[in-house]
Amino acid sequence: MKISIVTTVILALGIAAGSLAQNIATTRNAAIDVELEPAKMARVDNSDIKRKRAYPMQPPTIPHKVDQYQVDLNANKCMSCHSRRRSQDSQAPMVSVTHYQDRDGNFLADISTRRYFCQQCHVTQDTVKPLLANEFVDIDEILRRDSE
Amino acid sequence: MIDLIRRYWRTISRPSKYFSLGFLTLGGFVMGIMFWGGFNTAMEFTNSETFCTSCHENLYEELQSTIHFTNRSGVRAICSSCHVPHDWTDKIARKMQASKEVWAFLMGTINTQEKFLARRRHLAENEWARLKANDSLECRNCHDFEYMDFTWQSTRASYQHSTALASGEKTCIDCHKGIAHRLPDMSGVEGWD
Repeated sequence: MKISIVTTVILALGIAAGSLAQNIATTRNAAIDVELEPAKMARVDNSDIKRKRAYPMQPPTIPHKVDQYQVDLNANKCMSCHSRRRSQDSQAPMVSVTHYQDRDGNFLADISTRRYFCQQCHVTQDTVKPLLANEFVDIDEILRRDSE
Repeated sequence: MIDLIRRYWRTISRPSKYFSLGFLTLGGFVMGIMFWGGFNTAMEFTNSETFCTSCHENLYEELQSTIHFTNRSGVRAICSSCHVPHDWTDKIARKMQASKEVWAFLMGTINTQEKFLARRRHLAENEWARLKANDSLECRNCHDFEYMDFTWQSTRASYQHSTALASGEKTCIDCHKGIAHRLPDMSGVEGWD
């Protein structure tokens, strides 16, 4: 009995991996053992213009270059503009107040350690065409469809 | 001792007995060129990347991923571009100061990566203070404010450069720290949280 469950799981995983591999092949445009010329490096959008969030809780994307920004135990380059203390001088938006809270909701003087690594959630955007079509639908669109 | 000095003084203060005036002036001239050339070559060697990286290999490695090492136009900075003044008198002054660093080398003050990292904040502060005091002269040797075209800069950059930098309220190093190296622990440094 136990063995049959294990085999089923392995089989299911195998099928899943197979279909995944097919997807990769379509975006890769070549067999898996063929080494392609890498695509040209994309330009990071550095326009400094705020982008709309796709949904209210979305971490805002970064509208500028962050090359070589050091974020580690020693220094946090992002916070040298976006912290509460620095935001007046830099005129950069202060990070959300949730970033100054610990997991129990207590407010802290500095950014919470669990929010320290900015690029875990906030990312820059490249000026490229997406490889795959995005099927995301805005909530406003869903509400409009529902009301019809 | 005093006798010795007196003896030499007597030799030096008397006219030459065997050598002609022509030999002495020309010889002095040629020797002068050789001495000066040799001195300058030796000093320039201590400005070369080979010389710096013979010990500071770890810093050379850090530099390699930065824009001051590799970039689209292939113009690059070597250690001395930023760490040694370019004008001769200032350069000599800095080289004389470096005799203290020779002492640190002999004592092995930072001869391991661990020792270096422990001392990094102090070393960085020395360089920040030096650049703050000379209004970031070594940056400005290449990045001349007079020739900066704000229209080619990003919105943020042109804002900061046309206000804080233009008014002299800030100098390059105030904002551009750690652009060619990894930063030390920045807690308590102005402008860093």
